[in-house]
Amino acid sequence: MTGRPVPLGMPSFPRAAAVSTRDARLRANLKHATGTIRARRAAAVAELDDWRQLRAAAAAVKERTLRHLDHYLVRLEERVTAAGGTVHWAADAAEANRIVTELVRATGEREVVKVKSMVTQEIGLNEALAAAGVRAYETDLAELIVQLGDDLPSHLLVPAIHRNRDEIREIFRERMADWGRPAPEGLTDRPADLAEAARLHLREKFLRAKVAVSGANFMVAETGTMVVVESEGNGRMCLTLPETLISVVGIEKVVPTWRDLEIYLQVLPRSSTAERMNPYTSMWTGTTDGDGPRAFHLVLLDNGRTDTLADTVGRQALRCIRCSACLNVCPVYERAGGHAYGSPYSGPIGAILAPQLRGLAGPLEESLPFASSLCGACYEVCPVAIDIPEVLVHLRERVAEGGEATVRGTRAVVRPARRHALERRVVAGAAWALDRPELLRRGRRLAGRAARFAPRRLPGPGRAWTDGRDLPEIPEESFRDWWARTRAQESSQESSHEFSHEFSHEFSHEFSHEFSHEFSHEFSHEFSHESSKGGDR
Amino acid sequence: MSGDASRARVLGRVRRALADVPAYERPSDHPVPRDYLRVHGRRTPAESAALLAAHLADYRATVHRTGADGLPALLREVLARRGARRVAVPAGLPDGWLAGADVEVVADSPGLTVRELDAVDSVVTGCALAVAETGTVVLDGGPGQGRRRITLVPDHHVCVVRAADQIVDSVPQALERLDPTRPLTWISGPSATSDIELDRVEGVHGPRVLDVVLVAGDVGIPGEPARG
Ligand code: SF4
Repeated sequence: MTGRPVPLGMPSFPRAAAVSTRDARLRANLKHATGTIRARRAAAVAELDDWRQLRAAAAAVKERTLRHLDHYLVRLEERVTAAGGTVHWAADAAEANRIVTELVRATGEREVVKVKSMVTQEIGLNEALAAAGVRAYETDLAELIVQLGDDLPSHLLVPAIHRNRDEIREIFRERMADWGRPAPEGLTDRPADLAEAARLHLREKFLRAKVAVSGANFMVAETGTMVVVESEGNGRMCLTLPETLISVVGIEKVVPTWRDLEIYLQVLPRSSTAERMNPYTSMWTGTTDGDGPRAFHLVLLDNGRTDTLADTVGRQALRCIRCSACLNVCPVYERAGGHAYGSPYSGPIGAILAPQLRGLAGPLEESLPFASSLCGACYEVCPVAIDIPEVLVHLRERVAEGGEATVRGTRAVVRPARRHALERRVVAGAAWALDRPELLRRGRRLAGRAARFAPRRLPGPGRAWTDGRDLPEIPEESFRDWWARTRAQESSQESSHEFSHEFSHEFSHEFSHEFSHEFSHEFSHEFSHESSKGGDR
Repeated sequence: MSGDASRARVLGRVRRALADVPAYERPSDHPVPRDYLRVHGRRTPAESAALLAAHLADYRATVHRTGADGLPALLREVLARRGARRVAVPAGLPDGWLAGADVEVVADSPGLTVRELDAVDSVVTGCALAVAETGTVVLDGGPGQGRRRITLVPDHHVCVVRAADQIVDSVPQALERLDPTRPLTWISGPSATSDIELDRVEGVHGPRVLDVVLVAGDVGIPGEPARG
C-alpha cells in the first residue's frame, strides 16, 4: 500500500512510467504548469537588483562548504548534539533505512507522518518501513496525490505536476477511503476544494502522530539549526506535533553559518515557487523544552554523495538546493516528463545527479547524460550557478571513453561502455535528433514499419527515457529554432546562450553522419531484432 | 555496522574525495563574495510599514492598522467578524488586548492537548519581528507568541506587529536579529499550496485566514525592539 519502490535502479520503472504517462495529457499538464511558473519566476527574480551577486554568493558558499565538508559536518554534529539532538551517519540507503526503522520501532509506533523529502524517496524509506510493518503517510499535497495514485513523482517541487485538477479529483474520490477519511461527497475539481479534502483527510493523522520523518533544506554548521521551507503547513505539523522527529538529510545540505541563510532564503523561494517568500519556514535547533518533539534524530546520508564529491567537475551538482527552476525551463523535461528520468531527481539536475549518485551503473544511468539538447537554459536560471551542460558533457565522455571514478568510496576505472556501443549512439542520436525533427520523424516511420514493435519508441537504452511515453510532437521548425523563438521573450534579461549553442553545434556535427547512417541501417536491424523478442520492458 | 564505524567511513570518504583541496587551504581561504545588498532600497519607517502591508496583502493576508488605543476594539472586531468563540492566547499576551471581547479564552500551556487546540477557532499572538521586503512575520516562541503549535492548528491566526520597532526591511536584517537557538517560524501569508497545476491557492493545513495588525505606539508587549 505504500506505492511501488521508487529507489534508484528500479527495474519496474519503465513499465510504471508507461502506465502513467502514455498519453499526451502529461505533456499538456506539464506545459501549462511550467509555462506559468517560468514567467512568474522571471518576475520574482527581476525584483532583486542584486540577483547576480546573490547567485555568485550562493554558489561560493556551497563551494566553500563542499571543499571543507568534513570540517562542517563535524561542527554540525557537535552543535546538534549540544542542543539535545542525536546524530546518526549512514553510508548508504540500506543503512539509513535501518537506522530510521529502528528508531521508529523503539517508539513502539506503527505509523509515521512524513514531510516531502527527496532523500527519503531516493533511499526508498517508505518501502523499508512498510516491510517492517510501519505505515508512512505522505502529507505534502502533491506527495499525497502520488501516494494515493500509486504513482511516481515527476517533479522536484511538485511531484504530481503531471496530474491536472480533474485527475486529482478522481484519485481523491477513488483512493482516499483506502487510506483513511474518504473524500467529501460531491468533491469538485476546484483547487481550493481539493486542498480542503486533503486538509480533512490528513488532519486526523497529524493529531494522532507520535513520530515524524522529514528532510531539510539547510543545516547550519555553526549553530546546529535545521531549516525546512514549505507552503502548506504539513511541514509545521510534522515538525512540531509529534514526540519524535527523525530528519534524514544528505551531507551536502550543510551551510557554514547562520548568516549564510540570508542568501538562500532570498534565492530559493524566488527560484522555486516564484514567491518573495514561501508561506512557512521552520527553523529548529535540537530540542526545546515544552515546545515541539522531545527527541530529535538527524540521519546524515552519504549514498553516493562522496563519490560525486570526488569528481572535481561533477562535484558542483552537490550545490543544488532543489529549487526546480532548471526543470521548469528545460525543453527536454517539458516534452519527456519527469518519470522518464527514472529517479526522484528529474530534469537537468536529475540527468547529472542520478548517474553520479548511483554511478554509471547501467543503461539508464549511461543514457541520462544524453537526455539534453545542451541548450544551456538550466545553467542560466540555476541560483547556485551549476554548469549543468559542462557536467553533462563530462559524463558523456565518461560513458563513451571511460576513466577514473569513485564508486562507493573506492577509486575505480570505468570502462567505456563497449557492450553498449550501438545503444550509445542511439542515445546520443536521440538527444541530437531533438535538434533534427526530420530525422526523428524518419525514425518513427522506420519504427512503425518494424513489425509488432510499438511504433512510438526509440530502441536500445534510448528506451530508458523514451519508453512508455509518446515521442514529442515534432514542430516543423528545428528544435533549437522553436526553443529560441518560444523562449526569446522570456529570457531577454537573462545571459546569452552563446556558450551552449557552440556546444550543441559541435555535438550535433559530431554525431550527424554517424546517426543518419546508423539510423537507416543498424537501427532497423535493432528494431526487428527487438520486435522478434517481443514483450514490454 | 556500528554507528561509529559509519561515521568514520563517511568522513573518511569525504576526506579522500577532497584530495584535490590543498592541505593548507582553510575554509575561509575559499572566497565568498558578499557584495549583494543588505537591503533593497532606502525607506522611512512609514514606508517600510507600507511595504510590509502591501506584500502581506499580495499573498492574501488581511492587514489592519491601528493606534495602541484602538487595538482591543480592532481585535474584537476581527474575531467577531470571523465568528470566533474560543480563542487561544499565549502566555505573556498583554491582558488588555482581548478586553471586552465576547470569547472564551483558552490559555496556552504544555497541558493543552492538540485535540483541545483543534477545537479552538482563532489564536491571537504578537511576533518577534516582521520583514517588509518579503511580507513575513517571524515568531520565536517569546512572550506573547506561545508554542509553535498554537499558531498552526487553529484555522485563524491574528498576529500583532509593533510598527514602531518590530519591522525590518530585509531578510539579512531579520536573521541578524533572530536567535537561532529558539524555534522559529517564518509566516508569509496564510497556508497555501502550489501543488495543483502550480497555482497558489490558499489553505491546506495551517491557518487559512491570517490577519496581521500593524499597531502604532506602545502596546505593552515585552521583547527587544527590532529596528534595522
Ligand atoms: S540544479 Fe540549480 S536550478 Fe536545478 S534544482 Fe538544483 S539549484 Fe535549482
